[in-house]
Amino acid sequence: MSRVARARATERIAKWILGACAVVSIGSALFLIGYVFYKGAGYVSWEFLTQPPRNAMTEGGIYPVIVGSLQLVFWTAMFALPLGIMAGIYLAEYAPRNRATRTARLAIANMAGVPSIVYGLFGVALFVIQMNLGRSIIAGALTLACVTLPVVITATEEALRQIPTDLRHASLALGATRLRTITRVILPAAGPGIITGSILGLSRAAGETAPILFTAVAFFAPIASSPFDETMALPYHIYIMATQSTKDAPNMVWGSAFVLVAAVSILNVIVAAWRSKQRRKIRW
Amino acid sequence: MTDTPPHMRQRVGRPAFSRAAEPVVKALIKIAGWSAIAILAAIAGYLFAGALRAIDEVGMRAMVTGEFWYPTSATPQFGFLPSEIGSLWVTVVALLLSVPLGVATAVYISEFASNRVKDVSKSIIEFMAAIPSVVLGLIGIALLVQNVRAWFDLDTGLTAFTAGIMVAILALPTIVSISEDALHAVPMDLRHGSSALGNTRWQTTYKVVVPAASSGIFAAVMLGLGRAIGETMVVLMLAGNAGTIPLSPFEPARTLPGTIAGELGEVVRGGLHYSSLFAMGLVLFVVTFLINLAADVVLERQRKRWRR
Repeated sequence: MSRVARARATERIAKWILGACAVVSIGSALFLIGYVFYKGAGYVSWEFLTQPPRNAMTEGGIYPVIVGSLQLVFWTAMFALPLGIMAGIYLAEYAPRNRATRTARLAIANMAGVPSIVYGLFGVALFVIQMNLGRSIIAGALTLACVTLPVVITATEEALRQIPTDLRHASLALGATRLRTITRVILPAAGPGIITGSILGLSRAAGETAPILFTAVAFFAPIASSPFDETMALPYHIYIMATQSTKDAPNMVWGSAFVLVAAVSILNVIVAAWRSKQRRKIRW
Repeated sequence: MTDTPPHMRQRVGRPAFSRAAEPVVKALIKIAGWSAIAILAAIAGYLFAGALRAIDEVGMRAMVTGEFWYPTSATPQFGFLPSEIGSLWVTVVALLLSVPLGVATAVYISEFASNRVKDVSKSIIEFMAAIPSVVLGLIGIALLVQNVRAWFDLDTGLTAFTAGIMVAILALPTIVSISEDALHAVPMDLRHGSSALGNTRWQTTYKVVVPAASSGIFAAVMLGLGRAIGETMVVLMLAGNAGTIPLSPFEPARTLPGTIAGELGEVVRGGLHYSSLFAMGLVLFVVTFLINLAADVVLERQRKRWRR
């Protein structure tokens, strides 16, 4: 075999192997999501979504669990979005290019890699005990906000950086202050990027279990009337019903998993669609 | 501003207010910008404060190198080794599966796939990262536990290996997307130069592109490692939570995050057991912090190299 022929043969084999690896990776992602839908679809009905659980959590629906998760995500957004967006604005618009700013950026990247159970410990020590919030939606949401914060900051900073400097200069030239330029010109233009990034971050928060394990959730709790009450939540419900429940309840486990994965999937698809539409619409 | 004409006087109000508000808001924004550092410091501080009693009474070295974890016996022992070795096995299995698969996938997506395939694959991989870990644990219970027991003829299917497979799936999206970014950042000139010298695409890939992106791929592996070590729910549900030191990945094991998550709910607040779990959290935090720091520093350096 000539060298050229050998190189061509190697090329074909290498491409085939790499392609097979890609198929396995992508295939396993599709398989996992498909499997959850396949196992859960039969259990999800209107009643399942709108009824409280009955008969020692083996029958009925998961309405209070869904409401609990929504409350947690709502309060997480209340804490993480204002702080995260302001931090993103600082990094993109105000921060000087120096070592201190690099350190702040490094801290944000590092925050994203802190294990979720460590956030859980931190939440117990600071929010549950020190701030005396007890096991509550607020304590859980504050903990989840710490988990989500780096995502929101990064999304905001990236969205702001994509706005061309001409726009800033034009606004400043018209006599607007820097702050007014940000609130009236930059933020509206960067809005979609910030919102989509934040939604992705919040959808991840909705699926986190370890941070709320000791800060917010209970095996059974009625729908919280105040954010200072403890709550049920989808990921914890899945965990506890799958591992600790004395009675087998596949409807609860797989139905809940279906609802959680479907909600996260829908949010991700909407965000992806919105992003590609936005990309086509705005050309700077 | 002297002698403002009467018809403009009204308008002076808003800009003046805006100017007065500016420093206040700017200060708030600046504080927010530093929040990440503050939170990281607070995490370290609170973990240390929680661990203080265990460090005082047992000693950090005794815990990190202790072989026995009997936190509730009459003479309690707080050795982290069972959890550390368990974490090691789970991580080794997870990385052995996810690193080759993830890097190969990234190379294919970046160097061989058409644009259309590239876009679709990248969004599916991103989507994969959104699957909650508790759901992966559940799928592991349903699909893997029985099979692992049968395949390897074990007493139980709840082993470090079982957990490692699912943790590999968790680490995969991180490894693929960061590696892909690194490969994508290699300037086109290098590929063209290599092709012009008569190299095939594969020769270009392994002789030029992958070496050029190697630091980014290293960072991807480190970030995947960080995710694998810190993963909680999958190991809690699949690893078996045995108390002894696992001698192979095919034995039931506990990991650092799994032990914390499994026991924190049952301990007396402020007790020695409680404090030792905070010490475990501190060890976990320090280890993942160093891993992530290494990855960040390498990524930052690579970013600077390709910036023209």
